[in-house]
Amino acid sequence: MLLLPTTLWFLLLLVMPLVVIAVYSLGERAPAGGYQPALTLAQYANLLARLKAFTNTLTLAPLGTVICIVIAYPFAYYLAVKAGRGAKPFLLTLVIIPFWTSFLIRTYAWIYILGGQGIPRLLEMIGIEDYRLIYTPTAVLIGIVYGYLPLMVLPIYVSLEKLDKSLLEVSSDLGANPVRTFFQVTLPLSAPGLVTGSLLVFILLMGEYLIPALLGGGKVYFVGNALVDLFLQSRNWPFGSAVAITLVGIMLAAITLYLTLVGRDRGRQDVSVL
Amino acid sequence: MRLYAAAVYLFLYGPIALIVLFSFNAGRHAASFECCATSWYSLTFNNTFLIEALLNSLLIAGTTAVLATIMGTMASLALQRVKGVLRLVFDALTYIAIIIPGIVIGIATLVALVTVFDILNPLIAKLWPSDGNAMALGLGYGSVIAAHTLFTMALVIIIVRARIQGMDRSLIEASADLYATPWATFRQVTFPQIFPAVMSGFLLSFTFSFDDFIIAFFVAGPKTTLPIYVFASIRRGITPETNVIATTVLAVSLTLLITAQFLLRSRAPKAGGKG
Repeated sequence: MLLLPTTLWFLLLLVMPLVVIAVYSLGERAPAGGYQPALTLAQYANLLARLKAFTNTLTLAPLGTVICIVIAYPFAYYLAVKAGRGAKPFLLTLVIIPFWTSFLIRTYAWIYILGGQGIPRLLEMIGIEDYRLIYTPTAVLIGIVYGYLPLMVLPIYVSLEKLDKSLLEVSSDLGANPVRTFFQVTLPLSAPGLVTGSLLVFILLMGEYLIPALLGGGKVYFVGNALVDLFLQSRNWPFGSAVAITLVGIMLAAITLYLTLVGRDRGRQDVSVL
Repeated sequence: MRLYAAAVYLFLYGPIALIVLFSFNAGRHAASFECCATSWYSLTFNNTFLIEALLNSLLIAGTTAVLATIMGTMASLALQRVKGVLRLVFDALTYIAIIIPGIVIGIATLVALVTVFDILNPLIAKLWPSDGNAMALGLGYGSVIAAHTLFTMALVIIIVRARIQGMDRSLIEASADLYATPWATFRQVTFPQIFPAVMSGFLLSFTFSFDDFIIAFFVAGPKTTLPIYVFASIRRGITPETNVIATTVLAVSLTLLITAQFLLRSRAPKAGGKG
């Protein structure tokens, strides 16, 4: 009884729409746009037409995830291990606030900074002329790191916070140097947070639209941008459906591969964001 | 280490500070800055399109959060007793709802709803002949709320179920042993214990819905939400107005966040004591 509304919602708004685009992806584009019944794999054969969107997504999404890890880890370590007890809740709240504020507006801020009047202007002052930053892959990467850094910091912080600090002392008492302690004790014990964080960021990046739309300016575009174009501009629903289905397929394959590589049980951890 | 942390905070807050600063621009162009005026604020707040978009967003986010919290909590409670295949299917659907990118949800919902409406609308017209198009189904508030509720409900289920699993089952048994009705047990034992999880589910749902651009972009039809309005105005060219909207949105979400933290802090111990 209690399950009824949720079941209805899942069936009508998850299963049915996915089935519909799966069916559409086997169809043809009607002359005026939209869908026309057919049973063909032509849309999938045509995927190479949007190869650039896929290669961009598949290079910039993992790269962005890795950069997030590299920046977030020492920071989360500082928050969890080094920061003073009194300052901790405040410092943590400062990480959470950007996470709760408009993603669109935070990305928009970078149009200023990377645009002609921002960093390139400053570089001109020190003699570097004509350096273009906005609408480049670098701009998109900066936007990605900026947007998703808090989401990477929080799970890593949670797992480092849970870590029993006496283990670190034991390790050093047993003669391990700090580097060895880090690689043999701290890093393995914080792995669940790393896995959760990178999965969250990677999943969201695979469907990213806003960052490439605002900072990539049509030059650096993701699958998400191709989808908007296909559905809202050229109204090619069957091809768009095929692109969407392929995106989901690639994501599921990548997530499965990743979880198998790091060991399944480590992916399970709650992320508290409040 | 300290220095590094400070640099990260600067990275996180610098751009936000810049936007706030530029919203007090006295000049007419967004790119140059002249200190300081609030003239753009009064101009922006008289913009009826903007106010309408803001009200739409609040309505959609509020309804989404209420629906997602109630349905998600109901499902979490029910799932305690469900086992076997049904449980597996439910778990799988919950995770799928979260993993599928918003943009795919948006597209799939748009295409499915348009297809269904195309079938239903002629039927409705036949069954209830009317003069205008008053009865026709279309995209709007309903479709945005429905699509947002799908994702946020899955979030609520995951958060609340984690809390239920950490709950002391013997309390519920004790309550039943003391002749409490199931409803009384829920109200006096279960609910106070899961309340913090329900509350954070509600806040997450509200924020997600209020902040979402991509799903609404596809399924909102003729309606404009705040993110859609902001996106469109960025596309038209960066104006000081956009900075004012941005600053206002920041102020609103900051207020909500602080209120929420305050509510959670002051209520959680009380609830725990009752349980």
